[in-house]
Amino acid sequence: MNTTTPSKLEKILAEGHLAVTSECGPPRSTDLDIVAEKAELIKDHVDAINITDNQTSVVRLCSLASCIRIKQMGLEPVLQMVTRDRNRIAIQSDILGAASFGINNILCLTGDHQQFGDHPSAANVFDLDSTQLIQTVKLMRDEGKLLGGFEMKKRPEMFIGAAANPFADPYEIRVSRLAKKVAAGCQFIQTQCIYNMEKFKDWMKRIRDRGLHEKVAILAGLTPMKNVGMARYMKNRVPGIDVPDDIVERLAAVPKEKQADEGIKICIEQIEELKEEEGIKGFHIMAIEWEEKVPEIVERAGLYPRPNLNGSQN
Amino acid sequence: MVKAKPKPIGEIIDYVKDFDKVLVAGCDGCVTVCEAGGLKEVQVLASSLRLYFNKEGKRKDIEETSLTRQCDREYLEPLLDKIDNYDAVVSLACGVGAQFMAELYKGKPIFPGVDTCFIGSTQERGVWVERCQACGQCIIASTGGICPIARCSKRMLNGPCGGSEKGSCEVSKDTPCGWHLIYERLKELGQLDHFEAPTDPKDWTTSRDGGPRKIVKEDVQP
Repeated sequence: MNTTTPSKLEKILAEGHLAVTSECGPPRSTDLDIVAEKAELIKDHVDAINITDNQTSVVRLCSLASCIRIKQMGLEPVLQMVTRDRNRIAIQSDILGAASFGINNILCLTGDHQQFGDHPSAANVFDLDSTQLIQTVKLMRDEGKLLGGFEMKKRPEMFIGAAANPFADPYEIRVSRLAKKVAAGCQFIQTQCIYNMEKFKDWMKRIRDRGLHEKVAILAGLTPMKNVGMARYMKNRVPGIDVPDDIVERLAAVPKEKQADEGIKICIEQIEELKEEEGIKGFHIMAIEWEEKVPEIVERAGLYPRPNLNGSQN
Repeated sequence: MVKAKPKPIGEIIDYVKDFDKVLVAGCDGCVTVCEAGGLKEVQVLASSLRLYFNKEGKRKDIEETSLTRQCDREYLEPLLDKIDNYDAVVSLACGVGAQFMAELYKGKPIFPGVDTCFIGSTQERGVWVERCQACGQCIIASTGGICPIARCSKRMLNGPCGGSEKGSCEVSKDTPCGWHLIYERLKELGQLDHFEAPTDPKDWTTSRDGGPRKIVKEDVQP
């Protein structure tokens, strides 16, 4: 089996296992222990942990420092990087810095517009977009070059990922957009959280029709609902998220104190169903400020124990 | 053309409150088209200032004029002889005109009377929209004649992002998603095959990132 980097996530996928990833959001303070504590909760149940990069444009402890911390705990971080806040100089510098600490996974994102965050009056950068960030990492890794042409002696060994949102518009362009990211050098995809299974399966079919599922490892994104209020909020307020009525109705039909359990149950059912979907290579479980539930979901969905890679784990 | 909008009157009053003789100078170019700084707006502003200062019991001499273009030396020079009759000028031209006036009328305080906003077009009477960010290297040949730098809130060259919903940008339902428009247009033109080739990082040296810009056309130089 061929791998391009020392990434544990890449190895697990290459060996044909269903991968499991999750994410931790850093705090809005210097308390890096919070990241370590969140990582501790999920470390035995996931193969890699994404660290978000100032998600929703809210200033947080940086992804890079958080990734270094969990790397030093012997875990496998995925450095999320948005192009909103950094130009190509800062981006490449951070990639070199991350690689120097043995961080081997990057998720290339454009990022939410800053108007959603806590500093709406900030200037944005967008020197590159997500696709160009993918190109940049690939150039650095495969050709040992910076965008400016400089040839470096020691290259960053990054397994390159990106996001895909099958539920954004225009729908018919969503497969082409993924194809473009794959053409740029993307190796794994973590999707937007899936609630509309019918639409997602249609998207997967279109992905398979193009043979893209053989070129990129698609990890299905899932976020368990805590209650019916969260379902309604995501349905009505969060752009690019498609929550069908039957999910809202199902949560509304159980008493309030049972809704969290129902949310977990829905998530597990989705995993079971998507395991059968050709081209799905794993799951990205984004339990927002609910990390403690990840082990339960992973276990009940039959994804535990996680594969133990000889000599490469920890 | 350059699009601008009038500054709040309070801001202008604050600029000129300590000057006795004030010239309000409009421009017959772009700002006349977007109804922000032509002769009509000069008259309205001057009248408002007179009313305000009269009410405050302050004697002020507020005069009106509008120049063919404030961004060309030949149209500013005729005022040179008269400029010392005034203590200050409120320029209703775009930022270019106001700055050029400051360059030419040395020692004279020049205050902006409009906020210069963007290069755009008239969508309908009273509505102007941005179409160009003057990046210095036009790319619309490959994007169906629609500029992603001006029309995508994240100036993506490989859009649309995941926030495009029902044709609108994630920033506002009132803002069309630039990449949705590009996609529809490429489809119409039968050029969708171009869409899947990644567009490389852009060279921004021709944009503001390269520092203040200048065009020299030697064959027309005197």
